[in-house]
Amino acid sequence: MRWLRQTLAMMALNLRTIPQRLSSSAVAIVGIAGVVVVFISVLSIAAGFSAAMRQSGSPQRALVMRSGADSEMTSGLGGPEADIIKQAPGIRRDGQTPLVSVELYVIIDLPKKSSPDSPANVPMRGIEPTAMKVREEVSVTQGRMLQFGTNEVIVGRGASVQFANLELGNTIVSGQNRWQVVGIFEADGGVAESEIWCDSRVLQGAYRRGNSYQSVLARLDSSDSLKAFTDWLTSNPAVNVMVRRENEYYAGQSRALTSLIQVVGYGIAALMGIGAIFGAILTMYTAVATRAREIATLRALGFNTGSVLVSVLGESLALGLIGGVLGGAAAYFAFNGYQTSTMNFQTFSQVAFAFRVTPELLVTGIVYALIMGLVGGLFPAIRAATLPIPSALREL
Amino acid sequence: MKYLPLVWKNLWRRKIRTTFTLLSIFVAFLLFGLLMTIRMAFTFGVDIAGADRLVLIHKVSLIMPLPVSYEPRLQTVPGVELATHNTWFGAYYQDPSNFFANIAVDPVPFLKIYPEYKLPPDQMKAWLEDRQGVIVGKDLAERFGWKLGQRVPLTATIWQPKAGGQTWEFNIRGIYDGGDGVDKTQFFFRYDYLDENRRGGQGLVGWYIVKIADPAKAVALSHTFDEMFANSSAETKTTTEKGFVEGFAKQMGDIGAIMIAILTAVLFTMLLIAASTMAQSVRERTNELAVLKTLGFSGGLILTLVLAESLFIGLVGGGLGLGLAWLVVQGGDPTGGMLPIFVLPSRDVALGVGLMVLMGFLAGIMPAVGAMQLRITDALRRN
Repeated sequence: MRWLRQTLAMMALNLRTIPQRLSSSAVAIVGIAGVVVVFISVLSIAAGFSAAMRQSGSPQRALVMRSGADSEMTSGLGGPEADIIKQAPGIRRDGQTPLVSVELYVIIDLPKKSSPDSPANVPMRGIEPTAMKVREEVSVTQGRMLQFGTNEVIVGRGASVQFANLELGNTIVSGQNRWQVVGIFEADGGVAESEIWCDSRVLQGAYRRGNSYQSVLARLDSSDSLKAFTDWLTSNPAVNVMVRRENEYYAGQSRALTSLIQVVGYGIAALMGIGAIFGAILTMYTAVATRAREIATLRALGFNTGSVLVSVLGESLALGLIGGVLGGAAAYFAFNGYQTSTMNFQTFSQVAFAFRVTPELLVTGIVYALIMGLVGGLFPAIRAATLPIPSALREL
Repeated sequence: MKYLPLVWKNLWRRKIRTTFTLLSIFVAFLLFGLLMTIRMAFTFGVDIAGADRLVLIHKVSLIMPLPVSYEPRLQTVPGVELATHNTWFGAYYQDPSNFFANIAVDPVPFLKIYPEYKLPPDQMKAWLEDRQGVIVGKDLAERFGWKLGQRVPLTATIWQPKAGGQTWEFNIRGIYDGGDGVDKTQFFFRYDYLDENRRGGQGLVGWYIVKIADPAKAVALSHTFDEMFANSSAETKTTTEKGFVEGFAKQMGDIGAIMIAILTAVLFTMLLIAASTMAQSVRERTNELAVLKTLGFSGGLILTLVLAESLFIGLVGGGLGLGLAWLVVQGGDPTGGMLPIFVLPSRDVALGVGLMVLMGFLAGIMPAVGAMQLRITDALRRN
C-alpha cells in the first residue's frame, strides 16, 4: 500500500512537472506521433484496397474463365462455350432463365481527373440483361439503367469520381466509339464501382471480338452447389474452363498489392519506431538528468527504487499515449476516406478505392506508441532508480 | 585542425546521448535510402526511357492489338531510323504468382533500338539460329537458376499454342545485362515463333517502338503517325517512351507523393530530435564555453566548434545509414519480382549527403550562434 502511494505521488509529481520540460517532452511526443501517422496512413491504403476487393465477391456466385487464365483480362470463351455453361446444374433460375451473365472485360483509355494528360486503364465490362439479377447488390442510383442494343453505358460511382468525363449525360469518345453515360451505379463499395458497364454484344463489335466472351458469372442455387457446378463443367469435354468462387477470385487479386503495401508499411513503421524510441530515450534521459537532484532527494527521504522506476516509466508511457492519440487523430482526419485509384496488375486495370483508417488500425497505432514510450523510458528509469544518491545530490 | 581533439572530447562527454543521436540520424537516412529506392522502383525506369523512342499503341487501349503490316509503313516515314513491334505474352513459369514480363520481339531491330540491353555477340548469334530461343535478364536468370541452353516451359494465359495444351517451350540462348535502372527481369523471345504456333490472332502485334533521328521532332512525328492510321480499323496513339512510362507509373497512383510525405515526416522528426539534443548539450556547457572565451577563443571559433560537432553527428550517422541502405539494395528486390528496378540512384545519394550537411547545420546553428553571442560575465554568473 505504501509502495503504491509512493508511486502514485511520484507519478503525479512527474506528470505535473512535464510543462517545465515542455520542449524536450514535445520532441518525444512529436517523434512518436510522426511514427503513428505514417504507420496508420500507409496501412490504411492496404486496408482500403483490400476492403474494396473483399466487398466485391459473393460466395453465392461462381466465376467461370478459360482454364489457365489468371484473370478475366487474359481469359477467353467462345459463344458456344458460354451457351453450354448456362446449362450447368447448380445455377439459380428465375422462372426458366438461368441467373447467369456472360461478360467481356476490356480496358478503355481515359485520363484520371488528377492527371488529365496521361491515360489510365479504366476497366469496361460488357454485360447481359441478367447481370443486375446476378449481382443483387448493384443498383443504379442516378439516371437510369442502360438500354441493351445501344451505345449507352452506366458508370460505377468510384470511376465517375476518379476519371475524367464520366458524369451523367457525358459522351465518352474512344477511338471511333461513342458511349453515352446514362446512369451511375453503386455496388456496396466493391471493385465493380471502378468499372464502366455496357451491353456485351455492342462491346464485341466495338472491340472486334466476334462472338467471343471472357467470363461467365453465375448465381449459385446455394453456396454449397459450387461443387456440382464445377464438377459438371470440368468433366464436360466440350468446354475448357476453370471455376472460382467469386469472393475467392477477388481476394486472390488483392493479395499481391496488399502484402506489398503491408511489408512497406510495417517496415517503414518499424524503422521509424526505432528512431522515435531513440528520441524518447533522449527525452527521458534529459528529464531524469535535469531532475537528478530532486529524485535523489526523494530517495534520500525514503521513497523506494521501485516507485522511482515505475514513475519514470509512467511519464514516458504518458508521452507515448499523447503521441499515439495525436498521431492517430491526425491520420484519421487527413486520410480516412481519401479517394484514390491504383493499378491492379492482375487485370492490368484501375481500381478506385478509399483509404480506410479502421478502429483496429487506430488501436494498433496507439499500442505501438505505448510500446515506444515503454521501451524509451526503460533505461532512463533504471538509471533514475539506481542513481547513487550522494553524487546525484551534488549534481547541478 | 588542432581543435579536432577538443571537438571529439566534447562529442563523447555524454556517450549515451551522442550514441542515440547518431542512431536516430542513422535510422533516418537508412529510411531515406530505402524510400528513394522504392520511389525509383515505382517510376518503372522512367529516367532511362529514351527521348528518341516513340511508342505507338492502339487508340482505344493498350490491350487492343495492331496489325503487323504497320511496320513497313512506319519505316518509310522520313525521320524514322527504325521501327519494330513488341507483343505482350503474359505467360508464367510454374506458378501464376511468378510474375515477370515476357514479350515477343523481332530480335535484330529490337536490340538495335534498345542498346541498353547488353548481349554478348555469340549469344545473339545463337538466338538468331534458334526459333525457340529466348534471352532473359540477368536478375531473372538468377531468380529461377536458369542456365544457357536450358529448356524452359512457360504456361500460356493469353495465347494458346496451336498444338494443344497450354505449354510453350523455350531454349535459353542469351542472358542480357545492363546498367543501373535497366530492367534485368524480362524475357524476350521471337515473334516468328509465337505467330506460327498460336491458335489465333496471326499477324497481330501489341505495340510499336519507333526510333527517330531527332528527338526535337517527336511531337510532329507522333501526329504524322496517328494521322497515317486515322480512320482505319486500328487507329493509334503515339507518345514518347518517357511519356508512356510516366503515364504507366502514374497509374499506380500517388505512391511518389506519399513517399515524399513520409520522408518529410521522418526527416523533420529526426531533425527535431537532433536539434534539441544539440541545444541541450550546448546549454549544459555554458560555463565551459565562457571559460573558453575567457581564455581568448573568438566567437567565430566557438561557432565553428559547435557546428563541427553537429555536422559530425549528421555526416557520420547519416553516412552509415545511407551506406547500409545501399548494401541492402545491392541484395536485390525483396518482393520477388514486383519491383523489377531496384536500385538506389546516385542522384539520390548526392541528395542524401546534401541533406546530412543541411541537417547538421540546422541542428547546430541555433545553439552555436547562442554560444558565440554568450557574454562571459553572464555565463559565468549563471550558476
